[in-house]
Amino acid sequence: MGVVKVHGIPLSTAAMRVMACLYEKELEFELVPVDLRAGEHKKEPFISLNPFGQVPAFEDGDLKLFESRAITQYIAHQYAGNGTPLVCPDPKKMAVVSVWMEVEGHQYDPAASKLTYELAIKKFLNATADNAVVEEYEAKLAKVLDVYEARLACCKYLAGDCFTLADLHHLPTMQYLMGTQAKKLFDSRPHVSAWCADIMGRPAWSKVLAMQNKA
Amino acid sequence: MVVKVYGPVAAACPQRVLACLMEIGTEYEIIPVDLQTGEHKKPEFLARQPFGQVPVIYDGDFKLFESRAIIRYLAAKHGGHIGSNLLGRTIEEKALVDQWLEVEAHNFNDLVYTLVFQLVVLPRMGKRGDLALAHSSEQKLEKVLDIYEERLSKSDYLAGNSFTMADLSHLPGIRYLVEDAGMGHLIRGRKHVSAWWDTISSRPAWKKVMHLLN
Repeated sequence: MGVVKVHGIPLSTAAMRVMACLYEKELEFELVPVDLRAGEHKKEPFISLNPFGQVPAFEDGDLKLFESRAITQYIAHQYAGNGTPLVCPDPKKMAVVSVWMEVEGHQYDPAASKLTYELAIKKFLNATADNAVVEEYEAKLAKVLDVYEARLACCKYLAGDCFTLADLHHLPTMQYLMGTQAKKLFDSRPHVSAWCADIMGRPAWSKVLAMQNKA
Repeated sequence: MVVKVYGPVAAACPQRVLACLMEIGTEYEIIPVDLQTGEHKKPEFLARQPFGQVPVIYDGDFKLFESRAIIRYLAAKHGGHIGSNLLGRTIEEKALVDQWLEVEAHNFNDLVYTLVFQLVVLPRMGKRGDLALAHSSEQKLEKVLDIYEERLSKSDYLAGNSFTMADLSHLPGIRYLVEDAGMGHLIRGRKHVSAWWDTISSRPAWKKVMHLLN
């Protein structure tokens, strides 16, 4: 294994997604800070690591990657023998993990990220939330969480009996939203609420949060 | 073994799945879903796909939705060595394919969807599209395609020098942009993107999907 580096900051949801995965796999890594306020992510040398100018970027020896969900999948497969299993070798089981990873990316994340920005990130930036946007996106997230409530009534985790990347990918925005008025959307759905408490209580996730306190 | 695909051939996400099926040569059956009458939002379909979206596939009793999960499964399960090339043979190759699949899903798709929805879908329904929103999406897409242009000046395909799922995933969206939304200039105005589009859209498998549209 080469030297593993994550270029980003502990407050970035996408960087947190990658770090959660690294902690679950019990892998050593270095977090290389990127000064977002100074626009470091839009210039060289960062742009060479991610031409879209977004955090995180990732290095494992000579391999360079961007897009957090591609990075977590690489880590989960490359280090399948380390730490928590996060993917499945059986194609059918893996396909179900894929389905719910896609659901997180396409159904959950657009609403959750928008709300995270309005209700949490804007606070850091001393800006006011746009109530019309909050209302619209809370309604969208509510519909998605209704589907999750039905799914989690039959399965402990999204892809079945075991915690996988499909669950892990939700953690960063979930964590932010639990500190805002949007918490009610999760708390009011018993299976979703139990699932959130379970995955947010994982030791690896506490290590990601500890990085925010150090920053 | 025949894979059942629920969805209209005219829609982008079913086309993504059909393109994959054609590439790997797996037999399939299309069961049309009438989006115009809202069939996809009715209880019978929602029992198959709780988000009310197409496509859904059945491989025997095994059901899947989300087109990008479906293509990964089909290539792994039924694709043989063709499927393996489409996904990436080594873990590193797979990671690069995944990286550009994520780019398509998160940096490209939403902008194309907005453009097509405002410029094509709403007018077809007799409603007015939001031209300001379409224009702003077009400007953002220009910036994204500049990055693709740079990438494709260095490699023949997005994830390297072979055609993979990462390229395949773009086929339906770009077709809509070029043929239905009047956004061909976004592709034609970029030498490497244009050449790449010509190459990937002339693949026999994609031509078979296009043939189904007629």
